[in-house]
Parts: sequence; C-alpha cells; structure tokens
Amino acid sequence: MQQTGGEQLGVGVTPASSAYTERRGFREAWRQIKRDRFLYALAALPLLYFVIFQYLPMVGVIIAFQDYDPFLGIDAMFSMDRWVGLKHFRNFFDSIFFWNVMRNTVVISLYKLIFGFPLPIILALMINELRMRLFQRTVQTISYLPHFFSMVVAAGIVRAMLTPQGGLLNQLVVALGGEPKAFLTDPTLFRSILVTMDIWQQAGWNSIIYLAAMATINPEMYEAAAMDGANRFQRMWYVTLPSISFAIVITLIFRIGGMLNAGFEQILLLYSPSVYAVSDIIDTYVYRAGLIGRQYSFGAAVGLFKSILALILMYMANKVAQRLGQEGLW
Amino acid sequence: MQFSRDERLFNFFNIAILIVLTLLFLLPFLSVVSTSLISGKEYATRGLFILYPRQPVLNSYQMLLGQGSIVINAYFVTAARVIVGTGLNLLFTFPLAYVLSKRKLYGRVPLTMFIFFTMLFHGGLIPNFVLVEKLNLLDSFWSMILPPLINPWWLLIMRNFMLAIPEELEEAAIMDGASPLVVLVRVILPLSMPVIATIGLWYAVMHWNAWFDAAIYINDTRKLPLQLILRGILEYGAGQYSDYSGLAEMTELADPPPAESLKAAMIVITTLPILMIYPFIQRYFVKGIMLGSIKG
Repeated sequence: MQQTGGEQLGVGVTPASSAYTERRGFREAWRQIKRDRFLYALAALPLLYFVIFQYLPMVGVIIAFQDYDPFLGIDAMFSMDRWVGLKHFRNFFDSIFFWNVMRNTVVISLYKLIFGFPLPIILALMINELRMRLFQRTVQTISYLPHFFSMVVAAGIVRAMLTPQGGLLNQLVVALGGEPKAFLTDPTLFRSILVTMDIWQQAGWNSIIYLAAMATINPEMYEAAAMDGANRFQRMWYVTLPSISFAIVITLIFRIGGMLNAGFEQILLLYSPSVYAVSDIIDTYVYRAGLIGRQYSFGAAVGLFKSILALILMYMANKVAQRLGQEGLW
Repeated sequence: MQFSRDERLFNFFNIAILIVLTLLFLLPFLSVVSTSLISGKEYATRGLFILYPRQPVLNSYQMLLGQGSIVINAYFVTAARVIVGTGLNLLFTFPLAYVLSKRKLYGRVPLTMFIFFTMLFHGGLIPNFVLVEKLNLLDSFWSMILPPLINPWWLLIMRNFMLAIPEELEEAAIMDGASPLVVLVRVILPLSMPVIATIGLWYAVMHWNAWFDAAIYINDTRKLPLQLILRGILEYGAGQYSDYSGLAEMTELADPPPAESLKAAMIVITTLPILMIYPFIQRYFVKGIMLGSIKG
C-alpha cells in the first residue's frame, strides 16, 4: 500500500531503487490528494463525527479496566493510578448475575428465532399466492404497520392488551369464566409475551425480503410445473421455496450472528423485578447495574464483553455466508 | 383462467387465513383506539376494551391536548428533533457518501473500512453516556441530534446509489468550467434526489420513534420528546404531569376519563402522524430493503 510506502521512506531502510519508486508513489499520492482537496474538505466534518461519536467511545472502554470516577477530569481516564486490570470482568464472571443474563440473552434470542423466523416465510408464501393485486397490497401494508410503531407505542399497546384493569385478553379470560390475571408479571409467561410481540411487530416486515426474492422467479417455471401436474402446494414446495432458499439461509445466518441483541428496548419497557429472573439480558443488566447503579467501570466491562462476543459471532456468520458462495457483508 | 376445484379450495383457505391474520395484526391497535374514546360513565357500566364505544367521547384527547399541556410541548420538541435532526443527518451523510463514491479517491478503501468498522463494533452504552456527559450535552437538545448524526448503513447505501451515476456527467460539467461545488449541487444533488428522499424518510422516522437517548440524557420534563411523555403516562399514569397545566384540570371535568382511556389516547396521539403519512412512505422503506448489499 502506498501509505506504508510513505512511512518506509521516512525511516529510510529501503534499498535505493525501491526508495525511488516509493518516493514517486508518494509524490503521485500527494498530487492526487491535492487534486481532490475539495473532496477531502467535504469529508472532513462528517469524518470528525465518526472520530468523536464512534471512535472516542471505543477509546472510552478503557474505563472498563479502571475504577473510573465520574467526578475526576478526563486526564484521570488516562492515568495508571486507577488501573485495576480485569477486576470488573472477573467480578462479572463470578457474580450470580453472569449465568442468568447469559442464559436469558441466548434463550430469548433463540425463542424469537425458532418461532419468529419461519413465520415471515410462510406469510410471504401465502401473500405470493394471492391473485388479487389490491388485496395483496392491503395485506402487505397492514402487516408492515406495527414495524413503524415506536417501541414505546408497541409496548404500550401490549400493556393495554394485557392489563388486569380490563385488558382485551383479560376480558376474554373473564368471559370464559376465569379470573383476571397480571400477565406481565408472571415469570412463566413473560418470554412468550416477548416472542409474540416480536412476531406481531416484525413478521410482516421480515417477509419483504422473501417477497422480493419471489418476485424474481421466472413465471415459466410455474407454468412448466403446472403442466407436469403439480398442484399449488407442490409448486410452492418445489419451485418457490428452492428459489428463495438462499435468502432464507443468509437471513438465518445473520440472525444467529446478531444473537446477543435479544431486544433491549422491548424488554426494558416491559419487564419488572418479578420477571428479572427470566428476562434480564446483558443489555438490561448493563443499563441497571452500570448506568442506573452508577458503576460505570463495571458496566463498561460487561458492555465490552458483549461487544467482543458480538463481533466474533458476526465475523463467523460472515465467514459462513462467504463459504456458501454468498458475497457476505464484507 | 379456469380454476379447478382444488385450486378454488386453496384460494379460499389462503384468503381466509390471510384475512384473519391481517385482522390479528390490526386488532391490538384498533382496540387501543376504541379504548381512547370511552367515557368514564361507559367504563363504569360496560368495562374497557369493548370493541367499539357506544357513545365515543373525546374527553381523553381534550385533557391531554388541553391548553399549555406538556403533551403539546413534547410535540414541539419531537417536531424540532425530526426537522433539525433529519436536516443535519442529510447535510452530513450526503457529502460523505459522495466522497466515498469517487472511485479514484486516494485512500478510499481505508476510509470506507474506517466507517464500516463502526457497524461491527461499538464502545457500548456506558462509554457513550460518559462521552455525552463530558461534552456537556446532558439535558441538551443536541444530545438527541449529534450522537445519531450519520447512520453508517444508510451512508453506504447512499454511496452505492451514487456509484451508479456515470462519471461522464461530472466530467462534462467540469469541461464546461463548473467548479467542484457547482458539480455537486447542480449535477449530483438532483440525480441523487430519490436516495436522499428515501434515506431522509428513514432518518425522520428514526427521530420520531427514538426514545432511549432522551431517556438517559434528558432530565428536564419540558425538553422531553413525545415518546417519553407517552412512556411516563403509560408507566406512572397522567397524574405525574399534573404540575404542568392542562392535565391539572382532569379532576374538574364532569366526566373524567378512566386512566386506561388516557393512556390509550396518548398512544394514538403519538402514533397519529406516522399513521397519516404511512401509506405514502411505506414504499420507500420497502425499496430500501432491496438496496441491501454494501460491499465496497
């Protein structure tokens, strides 16, 4: 790369002949930079944003290795006095919360995957079989709608459905002769509520990618299959599904890559101490222990632990995607 | 085309199931709307969440949107956030997307990697909070605007769109003596309008729906956006805002709405603008999903 060439020039350890080409490469680079100075000027301010709001927090994770005191100045963050090494990580791994939040994160993600992943595919298959355009568009529009609700609104609607003070579900329970129930504080039901809400909010939206893949299928394939006597189910099974299998596999891989995001905002808005045992995930724990409890260093350590795990998972997901002949994310 | 008996049966069940599913998608919201229209009297006799109110009243809305209400104030905060935020988002995203779309730019690949890396790794909640605190942005409007200034995914989607603009167009303009700035404003900007509109809408909806940043950065009730006032009313009831005029009158009404009805009305108030523009913006979002690949 030309940039390292420039450094080598400064150190002066390269043989004379290559130093000459390096110098020429350096000059050429400088000429290009001067030519495009307008472009660099345009990029300067947006890049400054990335430095300040994306990379500075990455530098800031050093507080995970310190006993950070919010009342000390910034220079305290870069002195060794408060260095404690891996203390906060060890505390986290040894705490009773560790296995609880890890288990909840993985289990909630897995439930959302197992129950939420097939549904958009089925929905897309059904919508794809509709012959009336207007009806097709109406179904699609309505099924995407909950995706556009903010998480506060969506959680508010779920609360309204489930409240013991006359929520729709409790009305149904009472009508069937039961007693009104506080669903949201019941640990045996909480995860099911999360999964159901996730399906309601995202199933329609997640079906778009499959509908797009289906739109590219050659209609002649269906005609040929019909000619061979395949019924509608057989055509779905032997023509439509194989044609979208790639989209299915890729979506699945990246869902697994993003496993550690079990739904922070959703859980934060719906959970309560009575269901912490089944719903406290890494993110909610960082929020409560780190931010609300003002243990900044500890929270940063737990957060860093999650960021690194997530990076590894995503990297592996991308590798698998590439193995399958897909371009992958990068 | 003639359908066979089996085909007709298939179509019938397919359509029937989809109608039921569609109603299930819609039902939760519809029941919230109907709850918001129930009067205290009707609540006392019939209970809540009857599918439709017999005598719909707007008491809840009147109370929430009353003179000097905190809800109106929050509407203005959110509107300011959407307008200022989206404007700055585009002002920062568009130029950088353009620069990254220049194939001959020296250092383009490392620059792209520099941005791409931020999509994979984050400092996390606490370092971000500490940063905003150190920048003295706590309790400031700008704490909701600056941290999400550029979305790297959307930036790269915009760049991909611009990669497809033929370079000859720019070269021709430069031949005619146009300066780089004129080329950007007169040639690239008009050609990029479709992607700018799409991504502008994504930013706008992001700002309208955002709540967590304000929840941790903003203390002053008068600076809170709509989503957080909604959250407050949902979790602690409307009474907590009784210091702010408008809501104080709730006890003076002849027929005060039930608490659940107030909450439902607040959900509707928060969602209404999204619902009204939703049919028009929906296709932009669907199109955006297709702009998937972001390889450099």
